[in-house]
Amino acid sequence: MNVLKTTWLAALLMLFTSLAQAADLTIEITRGNDRATPIAVVPFADGDDLPQDIAQIVSDDLQRSGYFEPLERGAMFARPASSEKVRYGDWRALDVRYLVAGRISREGEEISIRYELMDVTGEHRLLGETVTASRQELRDAAHYLSDQIFEEITDIRGAFSTRIAYVTSSGIGDDTHYALHVADADGRNSQQILASDEPIMSPAWSPDGGKLAYVSFETERPAIYIQEVASGRRVRATAFEGLNSAPAWSPDGRRLAMALSKDGQPEIYVMDIASRDIQRVTRNPSIDTEPAWSPDGRSLLFTSDRSGGPQIYRLDLASGEEQRLTFTGNYNARARFAPDGETIFLIHRGNGGFQLARQDLESGRLVVLSDMGQVESPSVAPNGTMVIFATQQGGNGVLGGVSADGRASFRLPAAQGDVREPAWSPFLN
Amino acid sequence: MQLTRYARPLALVLSLAFVAGCSSTGGGQAGDLTGIAGGSDRGADATSGAEGRGVGSVSDGRAGQMADADSRIPQVRTLYFEYDSDVIRSEFEPMLTAHARFLRANPNTSVVLQGHTDERGTREYNLALGERRAGAVERYLNVQGVSPSQVEVVSYGEERPVARGQNEQAYAQNRRVVFAY
Repeated sequence: MNVLKTTWLAALLMLFTSLAQAADLTIEITRGNDRATPIAVVPFADGDDLPQDIAQIVSDDLQRSGYFEPLERGAMFARPASSEKVRYGDWRALDVRYLVAGRISREGEEISIRYELMDVTGEHRLLGETVTASRQELRDAAHYLSDQIFEEITDIRGAFSTRIAYVTSSGIGDDTHYALHVADADGRNSQQILASDEPIMSPAWSPDGGKLAYVSFETERPAIYIQEVASGRRVRATAFEGLNSAPAWSPDGRRLAMALSKDGQPEIYVMDIASRDIQRVTRNPSIDTEPAWSPDGRSLLFTSDRSGGPQIYRLDLASGEEQRLTFTGNYNARARFAPDGETIFLIHRGNGGFQLARQDLESGRLVVLSDMGQVESPSVAPNGTMVIFATQQGGNGVLGGVSADGRASFRLPAAQGDVREPAWSPFLN
Repeated sequence: MQLTRYARPLALVLSLAFVAGCSSTGGGQAGDLTGIAGGSDRGADATSGAEGRGVGSVSDGRAGQMADADSRIPQVRTLYFEYDSDVIRSEFEPMLTAHARFLRANPNTSVVLQGHTDERGTREYNLALGERRAGAVERYLNVQGVSPSQVEVVSYGEERPVARGQNEQAYAQNRRVVFAY
């Protein structure tokens, strides 16, 4: 990475990076999962004067996952602060399977959060831990609690302490403004990391979560940039003639797959980031774009219209063999692997318009998961439980999400403007 | 897009025929074309400054009207496309011919063809479709004798709509190629 470091365009960034907090996104649950596990997250004792409601953040996280249905606070007739105070029979009567309780204490600037997770049916404690945080770290601490609780019950690693990148636009025609933001996975703590009067597209996280690759038209030509999220320093990675689009990091973080049209029509290329060497990996007189790496780094998914319309193909990088994967419908595009490598998520055009679909690679069976307006740009949570995407609501672009099984869904509307192209970060802790 | 692939060579053949037709009808035709180009209200985005550019490059001994036509950037700068198509509609051929004529007469002038799509479908794929649209216009110009070095294609896909809304009217306005001189 030394090559990169010497060429960071730090000065340029000063022009674009804004310290201002953009309006956060707020969660709206659009479909609950009728098989979700009932859980009660009791408001934490002695936490009323904190700037964040820890129990509410945990409850919202668990609900958004689609795995849990939190009990409303109004229905709680007891608010135990610890496992010793829990009368399990009361919670069983409310059909609650699991219970979370906690207490806040303070030592100077440091806030301690003591929390416990109880199995109501088995009448025993599953988890107990004390977490310390500053006032500014309270949301992070709450998401950490959500991760622990989620993993203890589901055996799946929680992805609540992750982040999302997304693009916003406002205005129309020549008076359009674009920005790239990073926010917590629940849409809060948003921070603008780039602003431009020219389009910004296709943000993609490096596997270590430290950098974003994206396409910016700021020179009035598309180019791929790589930006450090924390420092804002960045470098232009490509500026070939024609399209420079759809960057995708290899799982080892050393290579970027991308679509370039410098040789005529859009083809897939793989760039070695350190040396900037590029290698063309598709050869077809049609559109080849939207590459995505398999979790093992051995193959790429991509969209090609070589059959007449866009369909998903898989390229084995060692052999160069290409295999068409999608056969349902006449529009399947922008596929992404699930972390297990056995399932892909993609945009499918069917009777309901453009929707998120899941296809099992073994059986080839395609299932539509979303029922929102014009779904695009799917991005899979690092634990594979959720897919976030862009959709339309009331004429505005908003982010939406659906559980990988399609049972639960939510929206993340912004206060104003269009929001699109969400990219879910890898695990950050 | 299978249709499109066959339609493209067909469009080229048609454009060749059109060029041939033009050259046999002489100077009056050129004046007519300029008239058509200037008459559309879609030329409203043309600024007087842009119109004036290139005047100085005309210095040969042709008739005043001809020289004038060749020195002005045609006012209609946008052509529109059908859904999922890069076929150049016949109604825009006079406009393209006017641009081709202008570019041939002003070999030092260059143009960026900005390709755009409507918002339906995925963004990166639409970027490719926008490029295909602008590429169809580029080939049309090349067939009419415009030097490839004068023309550059930049696709914006669905990123720069001029009309918002989820309806065919907005979609139709956004499916376009713009001549940016």
